[in-house]
Amino acid sequence: MDKTYYDPRDLKKFGQIAEFEPRLAEKFFDWYGEVFKEGALTEREKSLIALAVAHAVQCPYCIDAYTEDSMQKGASEAMMMEAVHVAGAIRGGASMVHGVQMMNKAKKISM
Amino acid sequence: MIKSLKARGSELSDSEKQLKFLSNGIFQDNLPKFEDSLKVNNHFPLHPSKIEIFQLNIGYMCNQTCKHCHVDAGPDRKEAMSKENLELVLKVLEEHQIPSLDITGGAPEMHPHFRWFVEEANKRGVKEIIVRSNLTILLANPKYKDLPQFFARNNVRVISSLPFYQERRTDAQRGEGVFGKSIEALKMLNEVGYGKKGSNLQIDLVYNPTGAFMPGSQAQLEAEFKKNLLNDFGIEFNQLFAITNLPISRFLDYLIVSENYEDYMEKLVELFNPAAIDGLMCRNTISVDWEGYLYDCDFNQMLEMQIDKEVGSHIKDFDLESLEKREIKINQHCYGCTAGAGSSCQGTVA
Repeated sequence: MDKTYYDPRDLKKFGQIAEFEPRLAEKFFDWYGEVFKEGALTEREKSLIALAVAHAVQCPYCIDAYTEDSMQKGASEAMMMEAVHVAGAIRGGASMVHGVQMMNKAKKISM
Repeated sequence: MIKSLKARGSELSDSEKQLKFLSNGIFQDNLPKFEDSLKVNNHFPLHPSKIEIFQLNIGYMCNQTCKHCHVDAGPDRKEAMSKENLELVLKVLEEHQIPSLDITGGAPEMHPHFRWFVEEANKRGVKEIIVRSNLTILLANPKYKDLPQFFARNNVRVISSLPFYQERRTDAQRGEGVFGKSIEALKMLNEVGYGKKGSNLQIDLVYNPTGAFMPGSQAQLEAEFKKNLLNDFGIEFNQLFAITNLPISRFLDYLIVSENYEDYMEKLVELFNPAAIDGLMCRNTISVDWEGYLYDCDFNQMLEMQIDKEVGSHIKDFDLESLEKREIKINQHCYGCTAGAGSSCQGTVA
């Protein structure tokens, strides 16, 4: 076993997940490919959403992949950083909005 | 301003060393050579279709030193085609009625006989005259200021590099201040009618990635460039060509120094698209260097992969029939033209 959890070279081996379960992998990759095709959203919009989500779920493989993909699709540095801010705002906001729950509980058990 | 690889005495200014580099390493260990990929798809040896484009590299002098330049052009390069050879080129164009003359460099406008040559080509009935202008040359010296009018008078089709519609990436690749000057130059060209609706004066832009990544969809990038250049600067243009950076010369140097070489080559090989083979520019183009020697394309020219002597390797021996029967010379850099939607001096090919 490697001594690190993440190796950039593993990104290229993504397709190899089919080795242990080919049927589901095939369905997954077909669906994955369809998801990123132009539809109501452009391919570039989808790539920037993927970049933001990659930051939210802190997936280093996805960050590498969708930084390159966004650049390939003509996204500027500002667009990519704004996407990261969206991820940050949702993560931060998700914590802060729970402050209401904390306040509800605190008020309920207080005189 | 950075210096050319040649002026820096870099090993990569030697074409033999580049070819050796491109054939060793990962291509010895685990990647198929370009020849193998053609063989698998029954396209080896590669032959021309019909020669329609005569691409003339008139000299390597340029006012810019772009980081990715496959020509290794720059102000320190003095190579320029002699008037005798230019006369020979005109003779060939007239005799064989090759429809398109594509003049490149360096900055071709810096050649001492540039204007005379364009006017002569026009007089001799060349249907399409393309000048690959770097745009900033229009502002480099007062003597170039009237180039838009000169181009318009001679019905020149202008093709210019603009790697991004914003300053940051353009300047990172082409040098500080290049974006601002390119915008000014495009406005000058628009003013005389280039790129305007209803005008037959054509200005096309060339997009190439500003680093070790692939170009995206040409149609989508064109739409993006058109929207942004019009909104931000009021600039109009005709077509956008998306071009893949080929791993030679200064771009190869960049790939090696930035430790992107292996990943980049793996990607080019992985994206090999057999459907791009038919439209490869080496199949309909002849490239001529400043000394009059003939090549399959401008990249082969820079790698000094000359057309064989038996076919006629110099403009003075130009033989269209033998050229159309020749075997095209290939190496690993050719993967750059077959990746994804393919790449040529006229953009994607598949």
